[in-house]
Amino acid sequence: MTTTFARPESLQDVVTHYCPGCTHGVIHRLVAEVLDELGVRERTVGVAPVGCSVLAYNYFNTDFLESPHGRAPALATGFKRIRPDMIVFTYQGDGDLASIGMSEIIHAANRGEKFTTIFVNNAIYGMTGGQMAPTTLSGQVATTCPLGRDTAKTGMPIRMCELLSGLVTPSYLERVAVHNPQQIIRTKKAIRRAFQYQIENKCFSLVEVLSTCPTNWGKTPAESTNWVEANLKSYFPLGVYKTPEEVK
Amino acid sequence: MAKILMKGNEAIAEAAVRAGALYYFAYPITPQNEVGEYLAKRLPEVGGVFLQAESEVAVGNMLFGAASTGKRVFTTSSSPGISLMQESISYMAGAQLPVVLLNIMRGGPGLGGILPAQSDYFQATKGGGHGDYRLLVLAPSTIQEAVDLTMQAFYLADKYRNPVMIIGDGMIGQMMEPVEFPDEHTEPPLPAKTWAATGASERRPLVVKSLFLDPIALEKNNIVLHQKYEMMKRDEIRYECYKTNPKNKILLVAYGTMARICQTAIDELETEGISVGLFRPISCFPFPESQLYAEATKPNIETVLTVEMSMGQMVEDVERVVARQRPVKFFGRTGGIVPSPEEVIDQIKQLLAAGTPAKAKA
Repeated sequence: MTTTFARPESLQDVVTHYCPGCTHGVIHRLVAEVLDELGVRERTVGVAPVGCSVLAYNYFNTDFLESPHGRAPALATGFKRIRPDMIVFTYQGDGDLASIGMSEIIHAANRGEKFTTIFVNNAIYGMTGGQMAPTTLSGQVATTCPLGRDTAKTGMPIRMCELLSGLVTPSYLERVAVHNPQQIIRTKKAIRRAFQYQIENKCFSLVEVLSTCPTNWGKTPAESTNWVEANLKSYFPLGVYKTPEEVK
Repeated sequence: MAKILMKGNEAIAEAAVRAGALYYFAYPITPQNEVGEYLAKRLPEVGGVFLQAESEVAVGNMLFGAASTGKRVFTTSSSPGISLMQESISYMAGAQLPVVLLNIMRGGPGLGGILPAQSDYFQATKGGGHGDYRLLVLAPSTIQEAVDLTMQAFYLADKYRNPVMIIGDGMIGQMMEPVEFPDEHTEPPLPAKTWAATGASERRPLVVKSLFLDPIALEKNNIVLHQKYEMMKRDEIRYECYKTNPKNKILLVAYGTMARICQTAIDELETEGISVGLFRPISCFPFPESQLYAEATKPNIETVLTVEMSMGQMVEDVERVVARQRPVKFFGRTGGIVPSPEEVIDQIKQLLAAGTPAKAKA
């Protein structure tokens, strides 16, 4: 009998703590499949954030560093500068990357650090219980904006791919989503491309993945995927924002 | 090797390179900028890494990532910059990562000033960041000693898998003195760094972390750290006595630059026939408790005078150790003012004359 579907070697055979309907599991799997296919698992070091994916190191079958909140790009910089032969990726949520860690991600990207960032954007703080994120949509309800986000007081949701693509240093920036099978396939291609650029020592690479948070959105998993399609995707357009080929 | 005349900051930079610390991450801040400027040129020559970070917050976390490779890494900064690194220092202590940090202290609090001070003693020796942890803290008083302690610091960081902080001040960083670098750095061999993240090729994946969600596991980590600090207290005490003898009625206690000034005061008093001794902690954590107690409680000693470039910080350790066996007095200047030997002499003479308490000057 031929095996057609198996657990990637880059994932451990464990149950995750993620909520039902959350797409962290899908994104973990895509990263793991790419590491397997590129044959780099044994020289990969991940950097875990603070937030829902704080325990990512329990699920990936690679070495990991556990970072303070938002500082994963600085840890990755320190590591990669000394071990350019290793494959380094950070896995960060929207609070981690776009709020407390904004400075670290901008400067790492601007220096063209040769690591890969997987940026999981679900427009809310998950682990701490549903507070407003810098990416929370206008009018979206969160525990710290119970009447809906008032952008007159809190500013507009931050679009990270657009913001980072304003930097001159060559980078690979793409926004994808994982709310349906077609997008999942596209996401895997983007993640593969990001790691490929790193293997070729070309550029800093960041893949922003629109994700779900049924628990804190107060929606069923099915409603959540619909909400990504109807709301998240329209404010955060999918697509390639920058490639190293564009910058000569 | 012949002695060469070097500025303190540059001598420390060269000492680090010779100790095999080829990876340096930092952010400019006065009065220690010569370290980074020297290393920006020197490290590429020896295949090392110099990276100027966007902030001290980033520096601390670059150190975390860099130390996770198992290589010798370090940074240098000054008081406000060290404050910004406290987050990562706590994390590195929790994750048991060996790093060396140099604090060329300046006057504070806040932005303070850029002149020499010793007002970060509490921060260095008592914590600074959150959680139960300690740094191994070394305080040189000459540039030669700064060179020697810098080289030792990397070995000690590896030995204990713990951040080590060297506390100097603007004076140590900015003055020039002849120094000699040892031709070879010989220390006992260290165990292999099996904790370093080098890729899970021939072993199971490992995690460098300070997160222990299970309270039993977190307490266990704190106990492991505590045992390490107890080992430091047993094995890493460093201090020096200067002209301590049975005629002395007063024992001075001072460290770093302040100790040098006290030595000058002691030498001048000697010409007047007045004999005073100095106890100089070199390791501020672990603090040389029993050694200081032994000197301070000798029958001839009537008063212990602690002298610092602060409003009084190490004096609390001195009071704790001397534990009401002798009166402990304090004299200090701060704000970047370095007390003169004459001011110290004046304090000593006042104490000898009437036994009147020395007063801290504002």
